[in-house]
Amino acid sequence: MSTLNSKVPGGPIKDKWTDYKNHIDLVNPANKRNIDIIVVGTGLAGGSAAATLAELGYNVKAFAYQDSPRRAHSIAAQGGINAAKNYQGDGDSTYRLFYDTVKGGDYRSREANVYRLAEVSANIIDQCVAQGVPFARDYGGLLDNRSFGGVLVSRTFYAKGQTGQQLLLGAYSAMNRQIARGKIEMFNRHEMLDVVKVDGKARGIIARNLVTGEIERHSAHAVVIASGGYGNVYFLSTNAMGSNATAAWKIHKKGAHFANPCYTQIHPTCIPRSGDYQSKLTLMSESLRNDGRIWVPKNMEDVMAIREGRKKPTDLSEEDRDYYLERRYPAFGNLVPRDVASRAAKERCDAGYGVNATGEAVYLDFKSAINRYGKEQAKITGISNPSEAKIYELGQALVEEKYGNLFQMYEKIVDENPYETPMMIYPATHYTMGGVWVDYNLMTSVEGLYCIGEANFSDHGANRLGASALMQGLADGYFVLPYTIGNYLSNEIRTGKISTDTKEFDEAETEVTDRINFFVNNKGTKSVDYFHKKLGKVMWDKVGMARNEKGLNEAMTEIKAIREEFWKEVKVPGEASEMNPELEKAGRVADFLELGELFAKDALMREESCGGHFREESVELDGEQKGEAKRNDNDYAFVAAWEYKGEPADAVLHKEELEFKDIELKQRSYK
Amino acid sequence: MNLTLKIWRQKDANAKGQMVEYKVTEISEHMSFLEMMDVLNEQLVNSGDEPVAFDHDCREGICGMCSMYINGEAHGPDRGVTTCQLHMRMFKDGDTITIEPFRAAAFPVIKDLVVDRTSFERIQQAGGYISVNTSGNTQDANAIPISKHAADEAMDAATCIGCGACVATCKNSSAMLFVGAKVSQYALLPQGQVEAADRVQNMVAQMDLEGFGNCTNTGACEIECPKGISLENIARMNRELMKANLK
Amino acid sequence: MGGFFKSSIGRKVAMALSAFFLMFFLLQHFAINILSVFSPDTFNEVSHFMGTNALIQYGLQPVLIFGVVFHFVMGFILELKNKSARKISYAKNHGAANSTWTSRNMIWSGLAILAFIVLHFIDFWFPEINTKFIEGDWSGLHDGEFRYFHELQEKFLSPVRVGAYVVAFVLLMLHLLHGFTSAFQSMGATAGRKKTLQNIGKAYAIIIPLGFIVIAIYHHFNHIH
Repeated sequence: MSTLNSKVPGGPIKDKWTDYKNHIDLVNPANKRNIDIIVVGTGLAGGSAAATLAELGYNVKAFAYQDSPRRAHSIAAQGGINAAKNYQGDGDSTYRLFYDTVKGGDYRSREANVYRLAEVSANIIDQCVAQGVPFARDYGGLLDNRSFGGVLVSRTFYAKGQTGQQLLLGAYSAMNRQIARGKIEMFNRHEMLDVVKVDGKARGIIARNLVTGEIERHSAHAVVIASGGYGNVYFLSTNAMGSNATAAWKIHKKGAHFANPCYTQIHPTCIPRSGDYQSKLTLMSESLRNDGRIWVPKNMEDVMAIREGRKKPTDLSEEDRDYYLERRYPAFGNLVPRDVASRAAKERCDAGYGVNATGEAVYLDFKSAINRYGKEQAKITGISNPSEAKIYELGQALVEEKYGNLFQMYEKIVDENPYETPMMIYPATHYTMGGVWVDYNLMTSVEGLYCIGEANFSDHGANRLGASALMQGLADGYFVLPYTIGNYLSNEIRTGKISTDTKEFDEAETEVTDRINFFVNNKGTKSVDYFHKKLGKVMWDKVGMARNEKGLNEAMTEIKAIREEFWKEVKVPGEASEMNPELEKAGRVADFLELGELFAKDALMREESCGGHFREESVELDGEQKGEAKRNDNDYAFVAAWEYKGEPADAVLHKEELEFKDIELKQRSYK
Repeated sequence: MNLTLKIWRQKDANAKGQMVEYKVTEISEHMSFLEMMDVLNEQLVNSGDEPVAFDHDCREGICGMCSMYINGEAHGPDRGVTTCQLHMRMFKDGDTITIEPFRAAAFPVIKDLVVDRTSFERIQQAGGYISVNTSGNTQDANAIPISKHAADEAMDAATCIGCGACVATCKNSSAMLFVGAKVSQYALLPQGQVEAADRVQNMVAQMDLEGFGNCTNTGACEIECPKGISLENIARMNRELMKANLK
Repeated sequence: MGGFFKSSIGRKVAMALSAFFLMFFLLQHFAINILSVFSPDTFNEVSHFMGTNALIQYGLQPVLIFGVVFHFVMGFILELKNKSARKISYAKNHGAANSTWTSRNMIWSGLAILAFIVLHFIDFWFPEINTKFIEGDWSGLHDGEFRYFHELQEKFLSPVRVGAYVVAFVLLMLHLLHGFTSAFQSMGATAGRKKTLQNIGKAYAIIIPLGFIVIAIYHHFNHIH
């Protein structure tokens, strides 16, 4: 075990980034033309990075597995993006955003990175508005904000329920401008299958053209991985079907440490699972918790009656409802952070109070909000003594204006009208805070290999606050990486064009081709999905919202067994030299089967509860916080970065000790 | 429920394709259409056949990847949804469902139900952006006040997911709803004014070059658009182009 | 500007402009024809003016012919181009789910109207041209009386012709039901005016062709020997 150097610059936290930028080496414009950069992934992080690097003058090659950069899964983010603009004058500041993020992340993130994130956040909004992103505005024509879970100010900017889409389209438009200028060469429908290292430095990738099946070599002076998170290790998650960990896992196998894989965010407001055929889970924006109240019945008889269809949720009086978040966390109520809200739902459902047939659902009720807004609107419109029906009508109109698209989405999927009956929700895997370890420069433990956005172990510690993923992706891509990568590339101006005709490229290509040939030639009996579902079940049951030593040990053994069976029994129809979605899936699931085991190993090592990682052995035993997660700062205030050594179980732990100089370590209390 | 599926199968871009019939059984009405396709594919893999290739990704109606022509309609018979949001409760036991790829000369088939929509990419590259550097050295976001009305309208236009249902639906394979939406988003915002004339001219020129048909105002695109992009955006594009040419 | 009319949108605008012109022509044609129901004398006078005025005959008449030919030729060109934008057609297409029959079949209603115009030319226009430009008879008289009203009634004697006339105008009605608002949409009419334009369009598309039909039937049954 060694200690990792995070390369955080010295000086007071508020000056670090400015000083750093003032003192780094720059590449002059004439030399930038001779430098190539590969960007894998074109979501918010990759797209913004590719556009900015191209704008600076580098030659960028960008890769996406979809048919267009605009389809990356950043597009699905609904709620909004945080920025410390303090437009509302409610006391927001860079420091407060920094503080909220570190606290929200349960004190497991790197202070300097988070401060930098908070510092550049305001600039993101300026940038996006200049690009024509149609953020919501108030009647005065100024930008509107909403509030989000875990914080006490309104700092979230939004574009209806489609903020991620609009921000991605902004980055995509910036990319298009550079593609038109020839500064970005775009490779759609391409998947990176390995990184190529020459003399210890990342010098290129091997990619598969998903249309023709051709294996291609691409060289560059630096490689940037922006391939998103690994939530699909659970099979069911809110990620896109194609979201995968392959790029991140391949670089891990080539020397990049993988950090904190056990930090996974389970999002509290998703539509519950309805059957075994389910292919993915649908998230509804957390913004719903601004106005929705979460409850389950107080009495078991009512639970049974509802499950059997004898009673409707609307039949239950206020006294018979358990608004458990408001009961347990009076200060934050329904707006507690995601991990807390998710575990509370699991706690109630495990106790048997789940309200649908699977027993895994709680109610999200807008009745009070409709009533409250209705009365407000009646006052505004000057209606004295409004009738109940009028209040309801006015309130419903306002709720529709705020959340209409989400309500409609819910109705399409569940076939129930959420204005009339409360929605049912249940937590689902959503975001992975863990990922490839990077230093302050966003460089991985391999020289010249960078990792940005959700793919890195990131700035969110053990739990991410709502509306912070978009912020981090764009901060990394627009404002951080373009500086830090220049510092590295300033030493590469004399390198010249990098040949792909070398033994390193030969070896990497052979490895990739061998694996593909294995899949298409293997005489197995079971489909790729069979193994993926099996892995997902183990992950959800034993490495899900609550974990314990016994379960984690079992999970490691079981995942290994599934992996071994996979390599014997997997069946991939079709050929290598054609479009072959089953082959693509096989490669991705093979990597998940390794990552899953490291995930469990990391969770087993971390004998504390923090953020999205909850160990049943580590809870407060008494006092006001009884039953809440118990962190162990003495032994676990570090980043766990794992080095690949063949089998996932043999991975070697490297620690990056976390120092908290500007924020006092405290127990997160939302009571 | 039990269903008969007639699906377009085509080995690759150059092969000749044909409709092939399949049967699926025990389909739940709560499944999404793509989950029904998953069931079919699992069945095909298990019997040693090649599964049907189709584009899909987010499965929550926002990425714009899914692209099937179901029973004669883009994204199927439901309104305001993409194929991934179409649920089997829209069909009845014993139904025969015809599934084809989006058809347009500018969207050549790659395989089975997968089509190549890079023509859309090239249209966007021709001018679907505001030429502002991503340096962050822009003015404060609130220094450009935009009326709520204009911002909301721009947002409505920007909601387009680029799926191509408009082209697939249009009897002329016209891409005007898609292009109109992008032109409109920027035309409605002050930031987009500087390049407005060049933008609309270049994007329309590229659209024509790609071989999309012309708009005859049938309005089918608006009805089939999963995001309800309004025909008004086409009218606005027409105005913008006339304005650009009168300058 | 030259490039504009080569673009897809420019061609739409050209179609719309020629359509406006033709719709205006149709309106004045109707206005004159309806006179025949109320006052044969006024009808004769106006017809004579239209038929002999130099500006109309040498100026507007060629413009009108150009307008008609342009609208048809452009319509065919666009139709062919639009057809070629989809090389393989759908095995199953449910057009009725999202658009009206009239909007999808403008080419067919247009062709029928073209066929009618040919008939109309044979009936009225060629004899007129023959009388005036070949025989050189610009008097407008037949047996000392204006011939226009008489000729009109003559034509509507045949029930077959009246039948063809009715069918053609029903198709024109369908063509206009889509064409009127479509032309405005092509010209970029705003959403705010859409509803009003749709209503005016509907009224125009129904009233004018119906009026022509009424005139034909009226003369068929009210023939003065």
